[in-house]
Amino acid sequence: MIDQTAVEQDYQSDRESAPGAPTLRAVVGSHRIEEEMFGRVFDPQIIRRIGAFVRPYRRQFVISVVAVLVFTVTQLAIPMIIRRAIDKGVMVGPAGMPVLYQSLVAFGIVIALNFVASHVQETVVGKAAENVLFDIRRAMFAHLQRVSLSFMDKTEVGRLMSRLQGDVGSMQEFLETSVLSVGDIVLLFGIITLMLYLDPGLGLITLSVLPVLFVVRIFWLPMARDAFIKAHETNSAVNGALAEGIHAVRTVQAMGRETLNAQLYDAKVQANLATHLWAAKLAQILVPVVDTLTGLAMSLVVVLGGSMVLDHRLDVGVMVAFLFYIQRFFDPIRSLTIQYSVMQRAMASGQRLIEVLDVAISIQDQPGAVDLPETDGSVEFRQVSFGYEPNQLVLQDISFRVEPGQTVALVGPTGSGKSSAMALIHRFYDVTEGAVLVGGHDVRQVTQASLGRQIAMVLQEPFLFTGTILDNIRYNKDSASRDDIIAAATALGADPFIRALPQGYDTMLGERGGSLSTGQRQLLSFARALVADARILVLDEATASIDSATEQVIQRALAILLRGRTGLVIAHRLATVRHADKIMVLQAGRLVESGTHAELLREAGLYAGLYRANYASFDDVG
Amino acid sequence: MTPPNFPIRRPLEVMAIDDAKSWRAGLITLWRMTRIAWLTPWQVTFALVATLFSATMQLIIPRLLGRAIDQTQLFASDPAAAKSALMATAVLVLIVSALRGVFTTFQNYFSEAVNHHSGVELRLRFYEQVQRLSYGFHDSVHSGDLITLGLLDVDGARQYFSTGLNRLVLLTILIGFGGVMLLRIDPVLGLMSLSFVPIVGWSSSIAQLRLRLTWRDLQDRMSVLSRVMEENLGGIRVVRAFYAGAHEQEKFDKASDSALDLAHERVDIRVRSTGIMTLSFLVAMGLVLWVGGAKVMAGQMSVGTLTAFLTFMTILQMPVRQLGLLVNSFARTSTCGARVFAFLDLDPAIADAPDAKVLTLTDGVLRFENVDFAYPSAPATKVISNLSFTAARGQTIGLIGPPGSGKSTLSHLIPRFYDVTGGRITLDGQDIRGVTLASLRNAVSVVAQDVFLFTTTLENNIAYADPWAAPDQIEQASQHAQIHAHISGLSRTYRTIVGERGASLSGGQKQRVAIARSLMPNPAVLVFDDSTAAVDANTEARIRTALQKGAADRVTLIVAHRLNSLLHADRILFLDKGHVIEQGTHAELLALRGRYRALYDLQTHGSDREAAQ
Repeated sequence: MIDQTAVEQDYQSDRESAPGAPTLRAVVGSHRIEEEMFGRVFDPQIIRRIGAFVRPYRRQFVISVVAVLVFTVTQLAIPMIIRRAIDKGVMVGPAGMPVLYQSLVAFGIVIALNFVASHVQETVVGKAAENVLFDIRRAMFAHLQRVSLSFMDKTEVGRLMSRLQGDVGSMQEFLETSVLSVGDIVLLFGIITLMLYLDPGLGLITLSVLPVLFVVRIFWLPMARDAFIKAHETNSAVNGALAEGIHAVRTVQAMGRETLNAQLYDAKVQANLATHLWAAKLAQILVPVVDTLTGLAMSLVVVLGGSMVLDHRLDVGVMVAFLFYIQRFFDPIRSLTIQYSVMQRAMASGQRLIEVLDVAISIQDQPGAVDLPETDGSVEFRQVSFGYEPNQLVLQDISFRVEPGQTVALVGPTGSGKSSAMALIHRFYDVTEGAVLVGGHDVRQVTQASLGRQIAMVLQEPFLFTGTILDNIRYNKDSASRDDIIAAATALGADPFIRALPQGYDTMLGERGGSLSTGQRQLLSFARALVADARILVLDEATASIDSATEQVIQRALAILLRGRTGLVIAHRLATVRHADKIMVLQAGRLVESGTHAELLREAGLYAGLYRANYASFDDVG
Repeated sequence: MTPPNFPIRRPLEVMAIDDAKSWRAGLITLWRMTRIAWLTPWQVTFALVATLFSATMQLIIPRLLGRAIDQTQLFASDPAAAKSALMATAVLVLIVSALRGVFTTFQNYFSEAVNHHSGVELRLRFYEQVQRLSYGFHDSVHSGDLITLGLLDVDGARQYFSTGLNRLVLLTILIGFGGVMLLRIDPVLGLMSLSFVPIVGWSSSIAQLRLRLTWRDLQDRMSVLSRVMEENLGGIRVVRAFYAGAHEQEKFDKASDSALDLAHERVDIRVRSTGIMTLSFLVAMGLVLWVGGAKVMAGQMSVGTLTAFLTFMTILQMPVRQLGLLVNSFARTSTCGARVFAFLDLDPAIADAPDAKVLTLTDGVLRFENVDFAYPSAPATKVISNLSFTAARGQTIGLIGPPGSGKSTLSHLIPRFYDVTGGRITLDGQDIRGVTLASLRNAVSVVAQDVFLFTTTLENNIAYADPWAAPDQIEQASQHAQIHAHISGLSRTYRTIVGERGASLSGGQKQRVAIARSLMPNPAVLVFDDSTAAVDANTEARIRTALQKGAADRVTLIVAHRLNSLLHADRILFLDKGHVIEQGTHAELLALRGRYRALYDLQTHGSDREAAQ
């Protein structure tokens, strides 16, 4: 669910309205509230938690840091070698030949070291970072398989996906650059040290330009980040509007909104352009500053260093080395400030990753839980009360027993607690009071896996996975053979339509079985439940419009599916209700009536009222 | 990797595009992108001029530094003159560096600006094209693929100017002029210092192309992984109900490992190439130091020139590494651009005729005259054949028939979502293909089977076709659709956000919002395409009564499979396989004792009889 007030304010700000004047009630693209992009620079808590994922690869990271250090040292060494070659070799004349050769050998060694070090560092850290991020994602995925369903109900899939992808991605960026930052810091201090070592006076004067850059960058950073965030936000607004335009294209054309939508989209695109141009300006504004400062440092070396060379107080090679170092020493400062932002972003992402990993697992096997033995398939509620929030009960004091092989229909208006009651049988949630018994065993005393094997469930919205028809029917029942699956589909009357598909049972289903009708998808999910072959079947009947012919097939399939099993059906159709052995009517969390169709009609209570009002389904009541 | 979607095809297939493009087609794409960049001629000019100057300044700096070194050597005899010469050089170094910074800023800013302007142009064209293409096209493509095209491919193509064209100019100047300059100073040393250029250029180009190819593959594998995660989260109840956590983890691991393997492979490609690049650069530098050093010793060259060579090499190192990016940019632009242009070049199957007139309504008579229709994707299968009927203003026509009988399709022909393949449809005698789409669709409202609500307020949704409507109009439409009472009960009433991420509405409530929405333009022809299936019978009856008042001014068509929805129609057409096989009023059709009667018996008594058995 989204915060209505916040979103509405967004919409309000989008439109201009004068009192009394007609208002334009139109927007394109819905607004997604962005999550924080930047966190604190350093949060020991997050470092510690994410560190746990790095630990298995600590050897790799240590190797990388060593390699980075070697690599940095080779970079620092090259101007020193050139300096030596010039001062002690080249400038000495022919007598300096041995020094030149020595220098060249040293140069060769440095090249080899540089090559090996950079290779090791990039390969090892690159792969280790990928491993860490895949591990984090796997841990989150595994954790999400176990957290309470009420968390999953409350949380948008899109939001979880952005954590599994975007946030994990920015951790990767962080891991890769964190190793490089070590190199950058060493490079920066190495250059400073070597310059001071080569000539303290000239070194100090040249380095005096550094603080200026630091100060400029510190003022620049928050502005640049602000611009960056704005550009990012307008990006998602534009992309959201395009996605909406594509998804809703039929409605747009039917309602003739093309021209207005194009204008509204144009406004979003122009706003996006403006933020990007501003961000581009800010990104470029530092270039002349850095270049001027570099130029200033070089001219100081030229004037002061050059004079010192003339006065024989400095070797010309040192001056050359200085010029080389100056051209490098702004690089680490730039990349360190970039890494500062990367780190902040990683902290914000890390925070969100930990939030997911910390969602409590509410339902676990109790210590000493036993496997549920083969049961008779009876289900019993003993004075069950239940609420998702402890003080808001959605079920109150419900007691009933379903005998093995019986079919029971649950009826009641939306929000009466039917689905919650069904979820308790599966132990998706634990009861607040009372007990749910399956085959005479309290569901909390048995292992979840064994409970799962005895209960199959068919949901109102048939959910199909990408894969073949065969895969979808088999699902996790790996022991089911192709023949078992065909037999199940045939029994349910699904075989003819499956065979009519281009590749029969091996036809790939697209996004959620989009190419099939609702009725066909429902038949496949019935087949899945039939193959699972559980004693107890929990079924939330589909309400979606299905034509009469298909409905008959479905009703027949349902009868076959329920044969020999205990059935609990959240019934929406009168046809199902009338066939049930027992009907239970729920209202506002209480069991208000129960009995057969005929009995309930005689009682002239809620059920009889609903039935007489000729409702096609029980959902839209109230 | 990704399974083919059945039976929906990817847009690229629909547009008959494949990535193995001919050179000519690639060049045409680049030319078209260049023309789009040229839509902002001043920015392009500024960027190119700034690039010219910034490159020149880059080339001057090593020479100035070399001169400074020489000045420390040559004028040793006259220190005062040497120092003032050094001062002059230092001032030049400062000026040239500052100018380089300024020109680089302009170069980067303006080329970025050109990219963004190109992006704006492509995005707007893309959006308009999405809205322009007819139902037939949208039926044939996967919306996710179209979004990818509009986001990733547009983004790939729009960066052409800065990463491609402008960088080409920059590299040509730096490498070309710089190379000539070095060769003129000393041919041998010049060749040596440039020797790393072809190796680095080649290696980085190959690596970038391979990374590009594996990138698409990686995207595919990542999208398999996303799909596994997304389906797992979306279908979490199924997963939990079947205790399939282990099975899902297995699927995840398979997808994840496959993506991880490729990610590792890409690390190797990248590292191998950067290794070779750095190695060849440093070897060339060593050679220059060796040969140049020997020359200085022999007095054939000044130490300043040697410094200039070495400095120049460090300056050239970065741009040369970018040669690969340049190749990548051209490859990316020609593939991404080709896809985008192929999409933009499509002609909509349904558009205003050149001489289209605005629809004029007089008597409000809708007429089907010997209409044939087959979907564009299956032209051989007639969904409707030789169908004729007339409906006058004030009449309600019911359409019923088994699935696939063509009843829904028929309702899509009136607003020209598809064009008839034979015969014609007229409104007050005007062929609907001869009038403007805007005027036609304003006169015809279809309440669709699947309701799409926008993620915005209820009032924005209801006023969708008439966004300037006054609040009381919106309220009236809602009252007629029997949704006003529900909306009034919500805490934010008409300001409640609904849609994908908004407040949840039941299926019936959504359909009622859609009905209110269709009533807003006050259509002359109103079609209910099975749009009350989730509304209960009593509410449906109330909607019917409310609409009765306006019904005198319009033709109403009701497509339904629940007979209750049709009983009051002036005439009911029973369709099968695209033909009208029975027609008349409810009473007449019952008396006919045909297909209609059979369906009626099934729906009213069928389940009772079954229950009795």
